[in-house]
Amino acid sequence: MDKTIDAIINNYNRDKNRLMDILIDTQDTLGCVPDSAAEQIADALDISKVDLEQTLSFYHFFSKEQRGKYTVYLNNSAVANMYGRKEVARIFEEEAGCKFGEVTKDGLIGLFDTSCIGMNDQEPAALINGVVFTMLTPYRVRELVKGMRKGLKVEELLRTGYGDGNNSSPLIRSAVNNHIMEKGPVLSEDYVPGDAIKKIIKLDPAEVIEEVKNSNIRGRGGAGFPTGLKWDFCRRAKDKRRFVFCNADEGEPGTFKDRVILTERPRLLFEGMAVAAYAIGAAEGILYLRYEYKYLKKFLENILDEMRSKNLLGKNIASKKGFDFDIRIQLGAGAYVCGEESALIESAEGKRGEPRDRPPFPVEKGYLGHPTVVNNVETLCSVVKVMLYGGEWYRSFGTDESTGTKLLCVSGDCHYPGVYELEWGFSVADILEMVGAENVQAVQVGGPSGTCIGPDGFERILGYEDLATGGSLIIIGPHRDVLRDIVLNFMDFFIEESCGSCTPCRTLPVAIREKLIKIIEGRGVMQDLMDIERWRFIMKVNRCGLGHTALNPVLSTLKNLRHLYLDLIQKEVEYDTGFRLDEAVKEGKLVTNRT
Amino acid sequence: MSKPIVATTSLAGCFGCHMSFLDIDERILDLIELVEFNKSPINDIKKFTKMCDIGLIEGGCCNDENVHILKDFRAHCKILVSVGECAIMGGLPALRNSFSLKECLDEAYLNGPSVVANNEEGVIPNDEELPILLDKVYPCHEVVRIDYHLPGCPPSADLIFDALYALVTNQPLKLPYEVVKFD
Repeated sequence: MDKTIDAIINNYNRDKNRLMDILIDTQDTLGCVPDSAAEQIADALDISKVDLEQTLSFYHFFSKEQRGKYTVYLNNSAVANMYGRKEVARIFEEEAGCKFGEVTKDGLIGLFDTSCIGMNDQEPAALINGVVFTMLTPYRVRELVKGMRKGLKVEELLRTGYGDGNNSSPLIRSAVNNHIMEKGPVLSEDYVPGDAIKKIIKLDPAEVIEEVKNSNIRGRGGAGFPTGLKWDFCRRAKDKRRFVFCNADEGEPGTFKDRVILTERPRLLFEGMAVAAYAIGAAEGILYLRYEYKYLKKFLENILDEMRSKNLLGKNIASKKGFDFDIRIQLGAGAYVCGEESALIESAEGKRGEPRDRPPFPVEKGYLGHPTVVNNVETLCSVVKVMLYGGEWYRSFGTDESTGTKLLCVSGDCHYPGVYELEWGFSVADILEMVGAENVQAVQVGGPSGTCIGPDGFERILGYEDLATGGSLIIIGPHRDVLRDIVLNFMDFFIEESCGSCTPCRTLPVAIREKLIKIIEGRGVMQDLMDIERWRFIMKVNRCGLGHTALNPVLSTLKNLRHLYLDLIQKEVEYDTGFRLDEAVKEGKLVTNRT
Repeated sequence: MSKPIVATTSLAGCFGCHMSFLDIDERILDLIELVEFNKSPINDIKKFTKMCDIGLIEGGCCNDENVHILKDFRAHCKILVSVGECAIMGGLPALRNSFSLKECLDEAYLNGPSVVANNEEGVIPNDEELPILLDKVYPCHEVVRIDYHLPGCPPSADLIFDALYALVTNQPLKLPYEVVKFD
């Protein structure tokens, strides 16, 4: 028995629901979770080895083998590629002497791809042993690898200085920049922690929910479910043990607003969780923080302590008898699908992040089977302002269908990428002007799962009634090859991130990707476009939002930028499978030395 | 009116689908009343002598000869049917698709545990008479257009007979659960 691992297990009271934390600590301490450790953990938690294996193998940041003393996870998002990721990756491979997906022979450096790490406004970016490195260049990469060979600490490699705002505070010290370009109610500096709590404790919880309903605020994660209604459902559940979850697993490529809120307005967020707790009658809260933002954990824990000491969390909050609520941070370990609320709950319980069948919905049976409200970071922050200034005030922002403001994450081909807090209802054209984007070919609204629009759609407005978005706006300039650089990258993303549970989601994106490549290589025919448009319906049987939207990169470009496809397909040929005999026999001839 | 003409072939398959076809037993007498056979291993006609109405394909494509035959079928048959798992998905032969062709041949002829010392020169069969292997095993519809798929490993005699009967009589095919339930 390994004493280090035993200590880690004991840290979490040998609780099988804390398997994620135990695996994360083991991975961080040993550099991997070897079979011996896995066996020991399974025994100690009294779960089967297979169950443990399920969790261990599901998450991107867990491994059974060593991933190097310095583990580089280089972001592979479309925007990273726009900003020179390919060259950066090449230099990493050249300098380290191993390929991506491998570790150097001496075990010093491991190079790995990773999905969007929430740094789209400062790409190419990488996580090295959990530390974020932004705006990488070939020169910088050479420097980094040199530093690794010298055995410098990861922090010592960060020689470019720290980012703006709290990014340079002693508990964060990261090179990340906030790039806040426009402030509104959520990002406003005009905020005194605790004011909303002091106000709500004079109200009945039902009145709090009424006010939230009155504001018409809808979930900011992208799906747009009315927040007040969700809280009401949870409050009506019979079970008295209830939970408030904050979903800080922002994995939609191109989204980074939660990172900025967590860095600059963490008290606002935690106060929002307390408001939700008061409204639904929950005593326990969990912030599910994506692993990529682990660098904020110490800072956030410190804020939680500060709020406890000010009686804004803990027992009898703000001296209100019986208002008990506290928050713990649950780290993820790299899985986009965990942004789906039921998958997130599964993950927080220490399992694979597979979405659940619904009903029952989390508000009825959520975390550990208890009623649970899962809200987006931005939703919870907005709610604090709703409670401070009233639902009617909040409705004065935005449109009838989409009230309030939205934090937009702008990245790609524009002069001023960053976070813009704007009222709902701006047209895409307005925003393009604001962010300094010219001759734009297309805009990806809402990330890969959203919609790609061309110039004829730029008058459309952002809002649940037209273009819904969780925040991501990726601007695609005139010189980009949309299908190859963007759509193909997005399809790879969905194939990588599917949990694999529903067959259409596991297989159809692969088939459609093959078609896309066939079209890009000039072998496509009209039949391929028709196949894609006919086959898409089967995606409706998938269990969760990922499965419903995994073909959107192709479908929305096929709809809104159809000319890109029509230009590439063969016009004179009615049918072509894409098969080429001369290519298919190339290897066979080579191996057998025939001509 | 002349009878519809049927052709069949086995590509990278095991002839199991053809065996299943022969399991229609005495109904073969009904069948020859109904259709005429052209190129097929059943009557040993080696080359198409005329245009056919229906081509039944067993097996996927693992070598260039398979591809030529399949394309020949496509050129000579109005309707092509992929019969069985191998034609539809590649089947057992496609198990090699997770390895490179070189790895497969090395394992088969050079390094595998069943290779005995009589291949000292390390020869991988390369006679000009042999078809050239493809980089992977392809299902038929990835090579030519396929009109219908009859699943099963093999599809049952009933399914093959009923499908053929439905095709030549222009009737809808009845697919009772037992016929398409395989496991």
